[in-house]
Parts: sequence; C-alpha cells; structure tokens
Amino acid sequence: MSRRNDYHTLPQGEQSLQDEEAISATGEGDEEMEDAVDQEEGYSSSTPTSTLTWISWFCSLPGHEYFCEVAEEFIEDDFNLTGLNVMVPFWKEAMEMVLDMEPDEDTSKIPDVSIVEASAELLYGLCHQRFILTRAGLQAMVDKYEAGVFGSCPRVYCNGCNVVPCGRSDLPGTDTVKLFCPNCNDIYTPPSSRFQGVDGAFFGTTFAHLFFQSYRELAPAPFWKPASPSSTSPRSSASSSSNQPAFVNPNPYGGQKRAAGKVYVPKIYGFRVSERAKCGPRMQWMRLRPENPDELDLVDWRGRWIDDNDHYEDDEEHIDEDRPMEDFDPVRCSG
Amino acid sequence: MQWISWFLSSKGNEYFCEVEEDYILDRFNLTGLNTEVQHYAQALDMITDNLDEEIQDDVRGNLDLQARLLYGLIHARWIVTARGLAKMLEKYKRADFGRCPRVLCQSQPLLPVGLTDVPYEKSVKLYCGRCEDIYSPKSSRHGSIDGAYFGTSFPHLLFLVYPNLIPPKTGPVELGLPGRGGEVDSSRRSRRIREEQEAQAEGVGEGMSTASVASKADRYRPRIFGFQVNEIAKLQRWQEAVRDRQISRLEELEENA
Ligand SMILES: [Zn+2]
Ligand SMILES: [Zn+2]
Repeated sequence: MSRRNDYHTLPQGEQSLQDEEAISATGEGDEEMEDAVDQEEGYSSSTPTSTLTWISWFCSLPGHEYFCEVAEEFIEDDFNLTGLNVMVPFWKEAMEMVLDMEPDEDTSKIPDVSIVEASAELLYGLCHQRFILTRAGLQAMVDKYEAGVFGSCPRVYCNGCNVVPCGRSDLPGTDTVKLFCPNCNDIYTPPSSRFQGVDGAFFGTTFAHLFFQSYRELAPAPFWKPASPSSTSPRSSASSSSNQPAFVNPNPYGGQKRAAGKVYVPKIYGFRVSERAKCGPRMQWMRLRPENPDELDLVDWRGRWIDDNDHYEDDEEHIDEDRPMEDFDPVRCSG
Repeated sequence: MQWISWFLSSKGNEYFCEVEEDYILDRFNLTGLNTEVQHYAQALDMITDNLDEEIQDDVRGNLDLQARLLYGLIHARWIVTARGLAKMLEKYKRADFGRCPRVLCQSQPLLPVGLTDVPYEKSVKLYCGRCEDIYSPKSSRHGSIDGAYFGTSFPHLLFLVYPNLIPPKTGPVELGLPGRGGEVDSSRRSRRIREEQEAQAEGVGEGMSTASVASKADRYRPRIFGFQVNEIAKLQRWQEAVRDRQISRLEELEENA
C-alpha cells in the first residue's frame, strides 16, 4: 500500500481564513480551543507534511479539533464498517482516500475529486462515530478531554466542568455537533462558529454517555451538599481541596466526582424573587440535586413522590445557602 | 456626549447602553458615588465632556479608569429606571447580549447580570429568561467587564416590569410576544397545558399564569444505544418531582388568591 500525499499539505491560510468570528469575537471558549489548535498545529508543522496521513490531515483542519484519529486497522476491518457502505457514495474511492492507498487505474468513472473528498469525510465521520465507542477510541477521547480540547460548560455554576462532543442524531446530515456537560446533564452549542459545519452524527448520541460510564471518576455525582458554614467561613481553607474528605458515591455505577451543585437564585435589590411572583423562579428544579443520594429513592419510577406529605415544606431550603432575611415579593411590593 | 459615544463604540463595550445626559446631570442620581470613585469631580467632568485639556498623561491614565468606573456605576443605576429598562429592552430585542448556548433554549436572547453590586469582584454574566440560568460570555472581551456595571437586579426587574416578555419555556423565540405552548411531552399534564394555552390565547400579559410553565420545558435525555442512563434518569425524575411539587404549590396559591 503506497501513500498519496498530494493533497495532504496543511493549508496554511486556513488559520487566518477562519470566520470573522476569530477576529471579532475571540471567546473564552474560543481561546481554549484556539490553544488546542495551536498545539496541534505546532505538532503537525514540526512533522514533515509528506508523512502526514489523510487522517492526520483531516483531524488537523480548523473545526475538526473534536475528532480523534481513528486507527487505520479499525477502518480496514470490514466488520467494523458493517452497513456503512450503503450510506457512502463512491465507497471504494473514499476508502482509498482515507487510507492513503494508490487508486486503481480506472478512475474515469469518478466525475470530480471533490465528490470523493465529501465521501471520504462522510466515511471517516461514520467510522469515527463507531470508533469512539471502542476502548481505544474512548482512550483517545479521554486524552483530549483531559487536555480541555472540547472546552468547558458555559453555565456559570458548572464551574468550568469540561464537556464532550455529542450528536443529537446518529444519522448524518441531521444536526451539527453539540457539547454535553456531565455536571448539568445538558447540551450546548459550541462557542465558535467553526464547528457549525461539523456533523453531530460523527460523534453520535451514545458516545458522551458511554464516555462518562467508562470514566466514572470524571462524572459528577447526582447529589450535592453545600459546604457547611463552619468550613466556608475561612475562605482559604474552604478553597483548598486537601482538607476535604475523599468523595464517594455509594452507587458504584454512578458518577464518582464531587458535583458543582450551586443553583442560580434571582434577586431584586438583594431579595430573592419570590416564586409567588409571575416572574418568579420556575426552573431551579432543572439544576437541583438532593443533598443525599438516598433522597433520589423518594421518587418512584413514574416520577412521583413515594410519600408526598413528608417533603412538602422544606422544599426551598435546598437551593439557598445564602438565604436573605425575607423574600422579595414583587406582588406585594408593587402593590 | 462625546466621551459616552466614544465609550459605547469601543470594542468590548457592546453590552452598555447610553445613559441619558439629564440622568447624569441630576446629582441626586449619583448620591454616594463620590466615595466609590477617585477624582470623582474630574471623572464626572470627563464623562460629561467638561474636562480641562491640561491634564498630565500620568494622571490621565488613572482618570480614564475612574471615568469608566463612574460610568459603569451610573449605568447600573440607570438601567433599573423606567427609561433605562426601555433602552436595554431595545438591545435585548436586537440580541446585543448574545443568545443562550443551551441547545434546547433555541437561541433565546440573553440579558447581562452581575453576581454582586460591588465593583471589582465578579465579571458580568448572562441571564437566560427561558432556562433561568446564568452563563459566561463567549468572548473574553465581554468576560472581563465588571458585573457591578449591570447589577444583580436588572434582568429580573425587566421581567417584573414587562411580564409579557417572560419567554415561553418551549417553542421558537418570539420576542415581544407572550408565551405559547409547544409540544406536550407528558399526557399527565396535557389537560392543564391545554387549559393554559387557551387562557394565554385570550388573556395575555397581565392575566397570564406562569404557575405551570415549567412542565413544558424541554429537557435533554442522555441515552446509550437508545437506553436512558440509569443514574441520570433517576436524578431527572427527582428533579421533575421537585418541579411538579412547585407547580402544585403555585396552583394552590392561585386558587386561593
Ligand atoms: Zn454544565
Ligand atoms: Zn437558556
């Protein structure tokens, strides 16, 4: 198998050609990701372009930072690609391109190399969706995760928890890539528009969750207890993690990381906005965690309280560690 | 106002609106700010374009900083006045503060908010009226703006004053229009939602009830090969039970009102 290298040179202009956003709105998230780009570019520019494989070239393109390099053996094993050939036009040619094989003599039936390029991208993306569910693929992605390549959750009270790419569909052409945060269990649009051209199916719906099942120490637990007032008063000791006891989730199949559990409490002139107000909080439940894991068992599989009367009164206490003297009740105040 | 125009057109200051001259010139509105800002009188002269030209460069640097601080603190007070809210509302309708990064919020425009009203403590955050959560600005330019220049109350006061602008929990973004019901995902609630949709169709704004809006909120449900992830599903059920309890509580309040 010989390698074709003619189109593998890294387009130097691409970095500066990145959408205006790179200039007009260099975001926090963007910056993190641009650092990641720089690292990868630094790597590839020190590598002679003549040895760059199609896969390395593809993964080094701007906007392709979330992709890991799929092992060639994985693509070469027909079993792994079962069912994909019906989804990719010019399958054989696309395969040759992705694996850097010299094409057959008879290439006359291919109308345009750009069509094969699109097929190669689709083929690679679909292989990638499957590869990242394997042990080797998960390992490649955890390296990127820990390096912060995917960025962090934009939600303030997730405290910069790192996110992973995910798709909302496993079928290509449905939606662009999104980012899943294991702390709030929600999905976000990537901060930079250069990911708007990346198909979510190339990451798929399963990967993000299999990832946190496989690396439980990276997954925040579903319960959270605010630091006790005594330990928070000297700020320095509360921030140093050394004197905190080791965190354990009694569910061995669950997240083994201490969650970032704070929930936003809206205030007007220092007073909490009362839920009795029309504009009062309605969504805090979505980010709330019980203090203890046992509390999760108070709700049955249909989502109903097993003993309804018990937990009625103390509801709001879950969410405010810094409870003000009284609620701000706009209904009463505005009269 | 030259200085203010310059300030507003500077890169990174896109979240600020113009404080009207009359507001700044009324000393009553600035009560107490003289103790927050060094060289208060000169800083005030600077932002109102009354500063003498003979200021040494070394002084000018600090004065510029104090002028920005003063403008920011005045801004925080201005945007919670009726006229200030109206000005910020125009910016909100143009989505000048960006859109919610949460996918299920469907690009809901955001509003700036501070986590404290004290300057030099926390940078500005962005509040989404749909998910009612706060986010860090995407751009580091905006990420370094002082949150105290917008204050902790502003977005909540805006929705208090303009209740018909409270975004619906589902469906596409329609600024200036009252909430409309979207797809119903649980048959348990369908009756209530239908009633509410009917109520909203006629009585909008003041008469609208927000007691059960949360039942319509879209949620992301993590799945592995199509199956829900056990621990996350359990947490989500618990959260939804907390939600349902709040809805019953609010509906009870409404009935008794
Ligand atoms: Zn998050
Ligand atoms: Zn939102």
